[in-house]
Amino acid sequence: MFDIATFISRAIVQSIPLLYGCTGETISEKSGSLNLGIPGVMYVGGISGVIGSFLYEQSTDGELNTFLAIIIPLLACLLGSLLMGLLFSFLTITLRANQNVVGLAMTTFGVGFGNFFGGSLIKLTGSDVPSLALSRTSHCFAKQLPFADDLGWFGKIFFSYGFLAYAGIAVAIITSYILKRTRIGLHIRAIGENPATADAAGININKYKYISVCAGCMIAGLGGLYYVMDYASGVWSNDAFGDRGWLAIALVIFTIWRPNIAIFASMLFGGLYILYLFVPTGGNMAVKELYKMLPYIVTIIVLIITGMRNKRENQPPESLGLPYFREER
Amino acid sequence: MNEKESKSNEMTSVSENKNKTNHENREPLLHITRRSEMEWKKAWLIRLAAILASLIVCAIAVTLATGLDPISVYGSMFDGAFGSSRKTWILGKETALLLCVALALTPAFKMKFWNLGGEGQIMIGALVTAACMICLGNTLPEPVLMIVMFAGAVGAGAIWAGIPAFFKAKWNTNETLFTLMMNYVAIQLVAFFVIVWEVPKGSGKIGIINQSTMAGWIPSIGGEKYLFMILVVVIVTIGMYVYLKYSKHGYEISVVGESRNTARYVGIKVDKVIIRTLLLSGGLCGLTGWLMVSASDHTITTTLAGGRGFLGVMVAWLAQFNPAAMVASSLLLAFMSRGASEISTHFQLNQSFGDIITGIVLFFIIGCEFFINYKVHVRKTGKESEADV
Repeated sequence: MFDIATFISRAIVQSIPLLYGCTGETISEKSGSLNLGIPGVMYVGGISGVIGSFLYEQSTDGELNTFLAIIIPLLACLLGSLLMGLLFSFLTITLRANQNVVGLAMTTFGVGFGNFFGGSLIKLTGSDVPSLALSRTSHCFAKQLPFADDLGWFGKIFFSYGFLAYAGIAVAIITSYILKRTRIGLHIRAIGENPATADAAGININKYKYISVCAGCMIAGLGGLYYVMDYASGVWSNDAFGDRGWLAIALVIFTIWRPNIAIFASMLFGGLYILYLFVPTGGNMAVKELYKMLPYIVTIIVLIITGMRNKRENQPPESLGLPYFREER
Repeated sequence: MNEKESKSNEMTSVSENKNKTNHENREPLLHITRRSEMEWKKAWLIRLAAILASLIVCAIAVTLATGLDPISVYGSMFDGAFGSSRKTWILGKETALLLCVALALTPAFKMKFWNLGGEGQIMIGALVTAACMICLGNTLPEPVLMIVMFAGAVGAGAIWAGIPAFFKAKWNTNETLFTLMMNYVAIQLVAFFVIVWEVPKGSGKIGIINQSTMAGWIPSIGGEKYLFMILVVVIVTIGMYVYLKYSKHGYEISVVGESRNTARYVGIKVDKVIIRTLLLSGGLCGLTGWLMVSASDHTITTTLAGGRGFLGVMVAWLAQFNPAAMVASSLLLAFMSRGASEISTHFQLNQSFGDIITGIVLFFIIGCEFFINYKVHVRKTGKESEADV
């Protein structure tokens, strides 16, 4: 009944957008910016990729060039998320606006942006179903490793994903390394803990904050791209991405600001997210809705526990959410 | 938007200039200081200018994205909000609901408690109201039913906000994320009960509750369905203004918001204030849910709250937590959303276009606060004179 291999591989597929979002948000939070706009950024990342690949698919008939089919949506996605990152940075860092308010406004804007352009493209194609299929591009993105099918359950669990899934894990490991072991990471963490001290030490606060917010947004945007191109097999339908962005923000706390832990934590969340599909409920649809609560309840429990244990190394960056103004320290 | 980004590049290059010029012992090109206090007239003039600027940018975005004439688009937005007496009443209802949520969140925000759980608190209030209507609708006499519905909804909302508040007070748990997660727990609870109560079976919808008996429906006053709701919110607005400005509780909230240590030093029980304020905040959100189900929609869906919990944050923040100014900011946002839904039907645009416009307007208003709080001095080359921006 309960097919473990299928469950694990589907949990991992679910986990990748969360992992991208969580890694991006961690970088931004480490520099002291609580970016609640991540759900919007992920929508913008997704739709920018869709627009890119839509234009490319329209311009060529027949075979797509695999390299172009991947690089165009990828660059479009990175550009879209970068612009969102610049917007957040400009408003919160240069204009010192409240981060929570800017973040929520960005989420409203980003989700609206995604659904508007998604809806417009759907109308352009004149299809009967409310979705847009880019199956040819998706085919390039979702290409699994050639020997995945030959290895049975082992291949299914480890090798059956598109390249963005492996890239996501690599990005998380690299981010973790950069934050913890390099000078750049040290500077970012110093700013997040105490910007005034970092400023006195000669670190260019604004430069590092801009870089970490923008890099964080670009990584998070890739999560949106992965969702459309690989998970949803190139089908964009409005609001399908759902609340994964918020879950990614919750995951940052769950992983106590460590992207390497996020790799496994996101898989756990992915598993909880789809558990309702695998639990036998005997046709009782209502109970399935209760199972969908699980990821949120687990996050709440983790929040409470980290709050109670109060270990110093598990606390959020000291200046998280606060603007920095040199003349006010 | 492009304007802004080019500006941001300018700013970063400025900070680079800063380093260079420092080496040569010169003043930086831009120099920013905090303003003491701006005249409120001037401050509102800046905000108005920001809204106008945002409308111009929106107009450009409209033309670029859809090729429509922006003036006719704005015209039909206005028409959608005030076009007929029915439309004006709906605008009034939307404003009232948004205002009620914003008022509910205000005491929490003044205390620097980020209650992002308005959505969930509305849903849980609405759920209890709907539950009373369905389960008790034909057994209790009408006045008793009304009281049970009201008390249940307010109580449920209060509990929903009280849980994060308790953990914040005791163990300093991150409330922003806690309240956020509670939203989804509430939404899934609603999804569960929608399937339990669905009519007819398998439709996934509840439909209008008690359509024939109208049990638990707030009666319309003088033939106007939404008048009751608007009156309730007017009372809440005045009450909240007095509560925050003249009551001892309101004073305690401000002190805790400014500095917890000061509050402790003057003998305020911080834990108690946090929990009490959040019970009030959640209770008012529950009240909003009650109004939605009992006075307006008479049904419940998982999207009932419709993002009002988040928009309420904007309304409260734009008004700087002043209940009187919140009337204006909630009217602005309700106007945007009503107008946007009109242009989406009139020009066959996607409904989400409204969110984009609302987002752009919000970015401008948020950004303009900088020019109210700070002063920018520009270095004139070679001279000492400074110009204000």
